[in-house]
Amino acid sequence: MTLAARSGAGCPAILVATRKGAFFLDADASRRRWDLRGPEFLGHIVNHLVLDPRDGRTLLMAARTGHLGPTLLRSTDRGASWKEAPKPPAFRKAEDGERPRAVDAVFWLEPGHLSEPRVWWAGTSPEGLFRSEDGGETWAPVAGFNDHPRNAEWTRQENPGTPDGPILHSITLDPRNPRHLYVALSGACGGVFESVDGGGDWTPLNAGCRADFLPDPYPEVGHDPHCVRLHPLAPDVLYQQNHCGIYRMERPEGRWVRIGENMPPEVGDIGFPIVLHPRDPQIAWVFPMDGTEVWPRTSPAGRPAVYRTRDSGRTWERLDGGLPQRHAWYTVKRQGMTADTGDPVGIYFGTTSGEVWASTDEGASWTCIARHLPEIYALEAAEFAP
Amino acid sequence: MKVHIATPLFSYTGQRREVEAEGATLAALLADLERQFPGIRFRMIDEQDRIRPHLRIFVNRVAVKVLDTSLSACDEVHVLQALSGG
Repeated sequence: MTLAARSGAGCPAILVATRKGAFFLDADASRRRWDLRGPEFLGHIVNHLVLDPRDGRTLLMAARTGHLGPTLLRSTDRGASWKEAPKPPAFRKAEDGERPRAVDAVFWLEPGHLSEPRVWWAGTSPEGLFRSEDGGETWAPVAGFNDHPRNAEWTRQENPGTPDGPILHSITLDPRNPRHLYVALSGACGGVFESVDGGGDWTPLNAGCRADFLPDPYPEVGHDPHCVRLHPLAPDVLYQQNHCGIYRMERPEGRWVRIGENMPPEVGDIGFPIVLHPRDPQIAWVFPMDGTEVWPRTSPAGRPAVYRTRDSGRTWERLDGGLPQRHAWYTVKRQGMTADTGDPVGIYFGTTSGEVWASTDEGASWTCIARHLPEIYALEAAEFAP
Repeated sequence: MKVHIATPLFSYTGQRREVEAEGATLAALLADLERQFPGIRFRMIDEQDRIRPHLRIFVNRVAVKVLDTSLSACDEVHVLQALSGG
């Protein structure tokens, strides 16, 4: 069988990044049958596996092992073969008196703007921003962020263990303008930041967002965004799942409005991922977790559920059809939930206990399509080119 | 000189556990390893020229921590993965 057949060219696939390697889930056209392939790079800690939507065949994988430093693997044939990037993301050599920074893990991979077909962006732990202009082979630090005069204020530069430590993630491009982008920094020093000059300069964008773990709950920086998404068809609309709730923002005003207070109080509005409908900017899905007292980070009450809003966060509905009704104590990490572009939209989440759940009716009902995998760090819906 | 390679690095050395490399210092030896096995150095040494936290390098069975350590042709080098617990 050819790889194209196995990878279901023209059919949806789910790229699964786990603590112990990468997997592929290939669907038939109906999205009812799923075949699991892998593992690729068994034993490697894979934080993100992303298909380049601009060509439908180039894959980038952020990997490391327990002992070795980080690296970045690249395939130009839909995963049939892989080569290591000859120059993976790395900070510049520190000068005397400077903090010596070293990339512990590449965490977030983002294909560049459509007008820049060879550009990729990468976010790392500790917090760093990197850019490739040759399809992901060689990478350079983005000095405008990494050497910004306020960088030391915005970043912790510690390595307590990706994916739980300080991370630069949610690299988000404005489809109208390749020089307009956002990043998010988790880890209680950062927040959301915006650049309008291609990464040369950055401005905090956290007004309205609460940081209830600080004496001043509304600081300019010092926030903990977990996941930020921009709607591709309404690029002035941003959603954020934060450590302190679910938020929505409309530009150019630039103020976060908490929309999670409309969630059921017994569930709360804490979680890691947030996923947007590819065509309707009023629809979003979240996967709440228990953020009470000691922060168990499990499904609230052991009853996992996806919640969906259809009206920009004014109301939320619980979607747990087919999901365990008790004693399911997993959660979903910030990259562990994704949507395809089908009609109806397919929604997928991967759990810390190694299960992948799929819904092909926009969340109304769920089916487990893989189980017993390693801890899942990231899912990406993808459609390979024929 | 003979360099013993840790198993996580076998994908670079074509599954060889021992390789030959040369250099008057550890830095030069690592440069020669990188020349022979592209990509291997960054997995061992970070961008600030520090040995990564979970690797150890021994010269004649003595642990070394800096790259300007002097070497001679008859030295024996071990690159080992550090047991870090459990």
